[in-house]
Amino acid sequence: MENFFDLVPLVVLFPLIGLLINLFAGKQLGERGVSIVAVGASAMALLVSIVLWLAQVDTGFGAVVVDAPLLGTWIDIPSAGVEIGWQFRVDTLSVTMMLVVTGVGTLIHLYAVGYMHGDEGFPRFFVYMNLFLVFMLVLVSGNNFLMMFVGWEGVGLCSYLLIGFWFDKPGDEGWKNSDAARKAFIVNRIGDFGLILGVLLTFWTFGTLDYYVPDEEPIPYHHAEHEAEPLFTPDITGVDGAESHAVSGPMGVFNQAETWLTEGDHRVEFGTVSIKFEHMLTVITLLFLLGATGKSAQIPLFIWLPDAMAGPTPVSALIHAATMVTAGVYMMVRANVFYHASETTSFVVTMIGATTALVAGFIALGQWDIKRVLAYSTVSQLGFMVTAVGVGAYTAAMFHLVTHACFKALLFLGSGSVIHGLEHGHHHVAHGEHDHDDGFDPQDMRFMGGLRHKMPLTYWTYLVGTLALAGIIPFAGFWSKDEILVDSLKLGLDDGRLDGYLGFGMLLAAAAFTAFYMWRQVSMVFYGEPRHAAAEHAGESAPVMVWPLMGLAFLSAVIGLINVPSGFPVLGWLYGEHQFANWLEESVTYAHGGEFNWLLATIAVALALAAIYVARTIYNDRAITDLERDPLERLSPRLAQAFALSNAKLYWDEVYFAFVVHPYRRAAYTLAERVDWYWWHDFVHERVIYGTFNRVTRLLTDVLDLKIIDRAFLRSAEAVRVAASRIRRIQTGYVRTYALSVLFGALLVTIIILYPVLRDLLGI
Amino acid sequence: MEASEVSIELYVLLSAVLFAMGALGFLIRRNAILIFMSVELMLNSANLALAAFARQWGNADGHLMVFFVMTVAAAEVAVGLALIVAIFKTKKSTNIDDLHMFKD
Repeated sequence: MENFFDLVPLVVLFPLIGLLINLFAGKQLGERGVSIVAVGASAMALLVSIVLWLAQVDTGFGAVVVDAPLLGTWIDIPSAGVEIGWQFRVDTLSVTMMLVVTGVGTLIHLYAVGYMHGDEGFPRFFVYMNLFLVFMLVLVSGNNFLMMFVGWEGVGLCSYLLIGFWFDKPGDEGWKNSDAARKAFIVNRIGDFGLILGVLLTFWTFGTLDYYVPDEEPIPYHHAEHEAEPLFTPDITGVDGAESHAVSGPMGVFNQAETWLTEGDHRVEFGTVSIKFEHMLTVITLLFLLGATGKSAQIPLFIWLPDAMAGPTPVSALIHAATMVTAGVYMMVRANVFYHASETTSFVVTMIGATTALVAGFIALGQWDIKRVLAYSTVSQLGFMVTAVGVGAYTAAMFHLVTHACFKALLFLGSGSVIHGLEHGHHHVAHGEHDHDDGFDPQDMRFMGGLRHKMPLTYWTYLVGTLALAGIIPFAGFWSKDEILVDSLKLGLDDGRLDGYLGFGMLLAAAAFTAFYMWRQVSMVFYGEPRHAAAEHAGESAPVMVWPLMGLAFLSAVIGLINVPSGFPVLGWLYGEHQFANWLEESVTYAHGGEFNWLLATIAVALALAAIYVARTIYNDRAITDLERDPLERLSPRLAQAFALSNAKLYWDEVYFAFVVHPYRRAAYTLAERVDWYWWHDFVHERVIYGTFNRVTRLLTDVLDLKIIDRAFLRSAEAVRVAASRIRRIQTGYVRTYALSVLFGALLVTIIILYPVLRDLLGI
Repeated sequence: MEASEVSIELYVLLSAVLFAMGALGFLIRRNAILIFMSVELMLNSANLALAAFARQWGNADGHLMVFFVMTVAAAEVAVGLALIVAIFKTKKSTNIDDLHMFKD
């Protein structure tokens, strides 16, 4: 089945064809045609991904590098030895990402057909969505950092386009949408700046950007606690780890790094400075981390993601929950060799991830907007993944990425279904009335309530997603979250690393927050009595929207079984232990399977259940009327304060405004007003340049031109005139005068001619 | 040729007198036709001198020159008289002092 690997360009090509068809013929095709093309393109990409997956299994997880047809070498500077190709890499990691992107992507495309029904920009929407798939798949399937960067920027562009998709809505709403889009783009640029610097430093250090060159095998890592079968490195002879691997020929960055790390004291020449290779790696990984904090919405750059919910809900589900925002995690897992080598970076990564998880989880507690809760939840869960990278649990990070993609896409699509139902209900109620504007907001949970009877399918699927996110056994979230917790605690216990303990503690608290805010949301949306006429008249969404919900609910329920930890009773024996870890290990050097810890699992689940119980007692039975205070606020003044803090998003945006945006604006204003206008324009241009020029030209006209050149010409003209007036008198006009002068002239000539004769004659 | 041998000096003297008369007439007379006649007188005084020298030296060059002068004088008379007629038609006068319109 090795030939099937050559199909990998198709995974990008199908969405590309789909988007081109819809771009040029979208208006003619109509909604039906556009849907078929877009969903078909995504489904074909999914099919290719599945074929690649099966081919991987069949060939024993062999990694393959495939040249992109027709594109050839991208950057080729022979004199500098630079050669960067358009190459796809098919290995277990990239295939995992492809499956997630195309799988979740296809379901969301399908859902969007129903969600976007009747929208004016229907074809445009699907063009952007397919474009997103193209770039996301380039990002995950490239074999070098530059292709990843191309995809990285491309998905950022699509994110911008889709957040601001409704930029043309009337009034403030259009502005709000385009503002959110710009905020996302600008904040992401900060991260992208870090990434490109990291990529450039990588190139400087290694002279190449390829992960692995074709036919090169990753130097395997000797797992102390877990013996992996070295499936495609049969030449291992040593037993003490990686020392015994002599790799000859050109190497990709990771094997080169591994080799230098093993050899020790390699130095990187940087101008006149020589830097220890390990320190170089720390710098590179920190710059990569900056990129990840932008794209994966981590502190300090997470602020764009909640605003990104201005986009249509399928976009929130696909780009801002399931796939694009996990690009940072994918990138760090891809660079696991680098991250493993730098303890400093690991510490920073863990702290950033865990803090983000905790902070975003806290903020999610106090939000009214159904999508905003999910947005902060996404930030929080991304924090979990980043923490996992920090503690070296690359499998757990990818595992959580996969499960999170399923259940968070489910929750977003569910919330979209709720919003759709509510808008429908509102339309029904407001029909015939003149006054549409009664402060109703279809995304505000205070206007909901009691929807479980109106939208039963949405309710049940939403419940599955909630339980999965809260980490209740046996839903997907339990397995992945548990593995992250175990791995971070293990880092603390085994290696005595502080970041392990800290990460573990913060994540545990974040997990409790997660369960609480999710149940708060379920209570406010689905339980109790309808609090608004719109909620009373809400109806279940169209089948094309409900089917993807059910598909994702199924995945959210069972996908955790792909990586049952070792030591778990029955299931491990039934499905095999850490299958996903074994699969991932083939391409992620430092991936390892997780263990099961009864005590920890019990504590985590108990904590989640307790949080759900508390949320249930607070929210389920209490009526929340419009714009009244949250039930939490009524419990005690201290809780009210905490809620207010959470509701205000910890004043994070305000702090940025006070310390970054306003100073920036003031500086920009000062520069514009003082430096550009007063100094540059008024002084330099007006006075120095324009003034000097003026003075010089005045000097030239007044002195040189008028006084010297002009006068010289005038004088000479005058002289000619005067001379002429004098000479003119000779001309009397009398013929006889002329005759006389002719006679004199003739006499004169005669005398001159006869002069010698006359001289002799007179004896002179 | 021996009967009336006139010396060359007399020829030259006559020629000089004639030339002086012509020149004087040219300068003094105001009538254009008389001035013209004075010019003819000067030309013919030159012819006389040329013919006399030619005979003196036995050389035909002088005679040749005389013929040229006579030809030129004839042409000159043709053009000059035509001019005087044209001037007279416009000015109703042949007074040479009236002709100074190019000056003003």
